[in-house]
Amino acid sequence: MNKRILMKGNEVIAEAAIRAGCRYYFGYPITPQTEIMHYMALTMNKAGGTFLQAESEVAAINMVYGASAAGGRAMTSSSSPGISLKQEGFSYIAGAELPAVVVNIVRAGPGLGGILPAQGDYFQATKGGGHGDYRNIVIAPASIQELYEMTVEAFNLADEYRMLVMILGDGTLGQMMEPVLFREEEPIVESTKEWALTGNKGRVHNSIQSIYINPDDLEAKNNELQAKYRAIEEKETRFEAMETDDAEVVIVAFGTCSRICRNVIRQAREQGVKVGMIRPITLWPYPSEVISELAKDSSVKAFLDVELNAGQMIEDVKLAVNGVKPVYFHGRTGGNLPSQKEILDLIMNIHKEVNQ
Amino acid sequence: MAIVFEKTKGLTDKPFHYCPGCTHGIIHRIIAEVMCEQDILENTIGVSSVGCTYNNYEYFACDMAQAAHGRAPAVATGIKRVHPDHTVFTYQGDGDLASIGTAEIVHAAARGENISVFFVNNAVYGMTSGQMAPTTLLGQVTTTSPFGRDSGLQGYPINVSEMLATLTGAVYIERVMITDFKNIQAAKRAVAKAFRVQKQGLGFSMVEFLSTCPTNWGKSPVESIDWLKENMVPQYPLGVFKGKDLEV
Amino acid sequence: MIDYSIILAGFGGQGVLSAGKMLAEAALIEGKEVSWFPSYGPEMRGGTANCSVVISDQVIGSPVINDTDVLIALNRPSLEKFEKQVKPGGIIIIDSSLVKTGTTRKDVRFFPIPSSEIANELGNMAYATVVLLGCLSAASGCFMREAFEKALYDVLPERRHHMIPSNLDAFDQGVQLVKK
Repeated sequence: MNKRILMKGNEVIAEAAIRAGCRYYFGYPITPQTEIMHYMALTMNKAGGTFLQAESEVAAINMVYGASAAGGRAMTSSSSPGISLKQEGFSYIAGAELPAVVVNIVRAGPGLGGILPAQGDYFQATKGGGHGDYRNIVIAPASIQELYEMTVEAFNLADEYRMLVMILGDGTLGQMMEPVLFREEEPIVESTKEWALTGNKGRVHNSIQSIYINPDDLEAKNNELQAKYRAIEEKETRFEAMETDDAEVVIVAFGTCSRICRNVIRQAREQGVKVGMIRPITLWPYPSEVISELAKDSSVKAFLDVELNAGQMIEDVKLAVNGVKPVYFHGRTGGNLPSQKEILDLIMNIHKEVNQ
Repeated sequence: MAIVFEKTKGLTDKPFHYCPGCTHGIIHRIIAEVMCEQDILENTIGVSSVGCTYNNYEYFACDMAQAAHGRAPAVATGIKRVHPDHTVFTYQGDGDLASIGTAEIVHAAARGENISVFFVNNAVYGMTSGQMAPTTLLGQVTTTSPFGRDSGLQGYPINVSEMLATLTGAVYIERVMITDFKNIQAAKRAVAKAFRVQKQGLGFSMVEFLSTCPTNWGKSPVESIDWLKENMVPQYPLGVFKGKDLEV
Repeated sequence: MIDYSIILAGFGGQGVLSAGKMLAEAALIEGKEVSWFPSYGPEMRGGTANCSVVISDQVIGSPVINDTDVLIALNRPSLEKFEKQVKPGGIIIIDSSLVKTGTTRKDVRFFPIPSSEIANELGNMAYATVVLLGCLSAASGCFMREAFEKALYDVLPERRHHMIPSNLDAFDQGVQLVKK
């Protein structure tokens, strides 16, 4: 079993979910994530679970709401336009404090947009999307192996914090193949879920709801949610720092973009320019602290934020840098990816500019 | 002295918040009574929806989920897939089920989802103060059809029971009215049959309750019942639209 | 070997995606890091297909290729589209049965291989890409025949294992044409 096998990102997500004990999958077809559904359709019933093609993305997320309320490990997956439709459900899931895992294999927008890779859903994923004051944990894997491990982890986090965990990928990660090494046994953290709807035998009836007509009750609920979010910011913030110790230019990039930048670091260093990178792994909670610290470091001259959008995460980078150092931006949209050369050229220019 | 009437254990002690003359309370009670009579209270999970009954999770003594507007059949689907041996029902109004939730109800029925739907049709949006519903009658005055519903402007009422009865997955569909003792008893028999259909795993069942809304209709409770019989019944005839011969 | 990149491109149905996958499987068997990224979506409907394979001794940076070490083109539009992306000193392999032009590039190693004709002689057009993989192996050394043979056993379902000798025959013909 300890053999690396080549698998498509989307299929790895589905396999990981089943390994993580997910037994309820509800989805609606949309490119470029449909292979998740295909894989689920083939394997979920054999695993003793339910695969159901819903009539819409709206229905799918509400089926997740129901299955999760009933105590099951449930998920849905989609791509950008479909994720927009699910936002209502996200807000209710947050309000009712239900665990859920949602995969967004992002495609280029706005509107029907295109089907090629993008990161244009960063705002939607990290700042809300649905109504009200709530947060989702947002995880951005950058390789197929990470897609696997982080999908498994997403189910544990969802149960632990009773909230929605989103895996934010993109068309590249969904469609590409890389080797993946599966564990013999998954580190599934079982939770008791006393709150779940299982029939009220021997106890007072449970209810799952998000409505609090009394403003004081609703404020108390909001305070409770915010306290939970602060605890998550403390405990669950994740990032990868690459060659930042002596870096003069620090790239900030996540997901597929960080893969492209990884090569650029090597090329820049070959040309004598010390470049490093912070790769946020959780987009919420955001690794602001490490960026703030680096901004204060005298060797760091500038930051370069690279995204597959017109500039979204850069707002979080700028908040963390807080004006201490210049923050440059490079983004591509429409499903195009930046070439290593265009990023490298930009870094060379930035390096020149900040050393003048 | 013998006890001749007792509040059902299927309801909690929380007092209803419904307006005087509203029939939701009666419908709640008969559903609760049937759960007790069939001894399924401990194995039933209900789904509240959005509308006047948004918080009936506080009234039913079984486990309850509260769903977003129109999504109760999808939520019930998720619950039923986790607990196929439990009885799962939704409680939805006409705005919830026949307007914003049409996709969810049609597809739950089409899938033959083994749940019971209790659909309360009072031809108006109650909670948001009397707007036109998909089931509002032609000529009926509401806050959003102040000159009476005009088919040229607002189209025609939807007969949900007849529409869903065309679907293979729907096995039992009946329309009843909450007007008097005899009809309430008939409504209770329909609820009991819906739960039995589900228990036997036969598929989708729905009971449509013609119901009154004295507050938004601007009528007294007694006038409302008369209005229902005179105006709603011709548009929404009572009867079994699917599963008439079903022996359960 | 660091991030050695190959683009395979042709019409849909010529098997370029599967050939890319076989190449990736072979490299994986040799213990290399590998990534495979296909064109997807409207391009597939339009009838052209391509994939990028990256092979490396270390963690792969970008799975998306801008400048490639190798281009394998099975039709003329693919050659015209991708030949400018080949690095100086890189390799261009074409199916010369289908692509009747040469390359405009003077700074690459160019291998016109009549792979469709060879496949036709072997009795199955699916072998055309295998001939080209043999050529790739011999010209670049980015994976070896032994790994390719193992990959065939891994990837092909057992009912297709009788095709393995013909696959290897096709592969060897590709190797021989480079050696000439």
